[in-house]
Amino acid sequence: MRLIVNGEEQDVAAATLSELLAQLEFEGDWLATAVNGELVHRTERANHRLNDRDRIEILSPMKGG
Amino acid sequence: MLRLYGQELGSRMLLGTARYPSPAILADAVRQAAAEVVTVSLRRETAGGRQGGAFFELIRELGVRVLPNTAGCHTVSEAVLTAKMAREVFGTNWIKLEVIGHHDTLQPDIFGLVEAARILADEGFEVFPYTTDDLVVAERLVEAGCKVLMPWCAPIGSAMGPQNIAALRTMRAHFPDVPLIVDAGIGRPSHATTVMELGYDAVLLNTAVACAGNPALMAAAFAKAIAAGHAAFEAGMLEPRDMAVPSTPVIGKAVFS
Repeated sequence: MRLIVNGEEQDVAAATLSELLAQLEFEGDWLATAVNGELVHRTERANHRLNDRDRIEILSPMKGG
Repeated sequence: MLRLYGQELGSRMLLGTARYPSPAILADAVRQAAAEVVTVSLRRETAGGRQGGAFFELIRELGVRVLPNTAGCHTVSEAVLTAKMAREVFGTNWIKLEVIGHHDTLQPDIFGLVEAARILADEGFEVFPYTTDDLVVAERLVEAGCKVLMPWCAPIGSAMGPQNIAALRTMRAHFPDVPLIVDAGIGRPSHATTVMELGYDAVLLNTAVACAGNPALMAAAFAKAIAAGHAAFEAGMLEPRDMAVPSTPVIGKAVFS
């Protein structure tokens, strides 16, 4: 399946959002995820099935003003 | 005591966390300012979550309240989604709402700002809108559910200081019960004192501290300047007048000739 993760195309085998995070070695309870412009809560990631060409955003805390 | 969305704060200095020479210097500046609120952002993670995790740990250790922002968002949908993701990460309903309308000046898109503020307030967010000093926009933001307003005094990072004192004064007069925080454009402590003397409730700073030669020392200087301006406003200042007024009593003055 081909996904766009943080703006970059990637071929992945993951079926769900939580599997994708594990495959990409994203860890930590400070991450936020969105699929196709909609927030996916951390409690919903395991049930959120991915589709070809989905756009995934994985964000984390950063300095800001 | 400053009260923002029901939270009581001892410090009237809110501090951004960007552009410091190092995390240690950021931490030192926050302590020197005695800041109780810091602004943070969300960005795409590239290192498996480790970069964000390290920064998040630093903020946790400071023991301060977090005000996430939607910096860099140019549309309502971007800002709303970023706010929701920030709530997920930081576990707070507070959001510093930025909807940028102009690339060069970073001036807020006030139309998008009001729309996004309404959506977020309806979803339970406690919105801190980064806005212009326009009174009508401020009224719309309050109608949309904002209980705090954050007008700029000059473009972000410009260090120009208050450019429109009259507009800031008018906003203060029209919203006596809404906490007003000057956000953006402060360059030096005397700028902060000036807006506090106008009766503003707090100042949000970043670049002026982070890019100073000695950020921690500058943070301390700003903290004193903000406290001084606030005390002066509370104390009640003289209005300027054209003519001299003798400060020493005239009655009882000796006559030598």
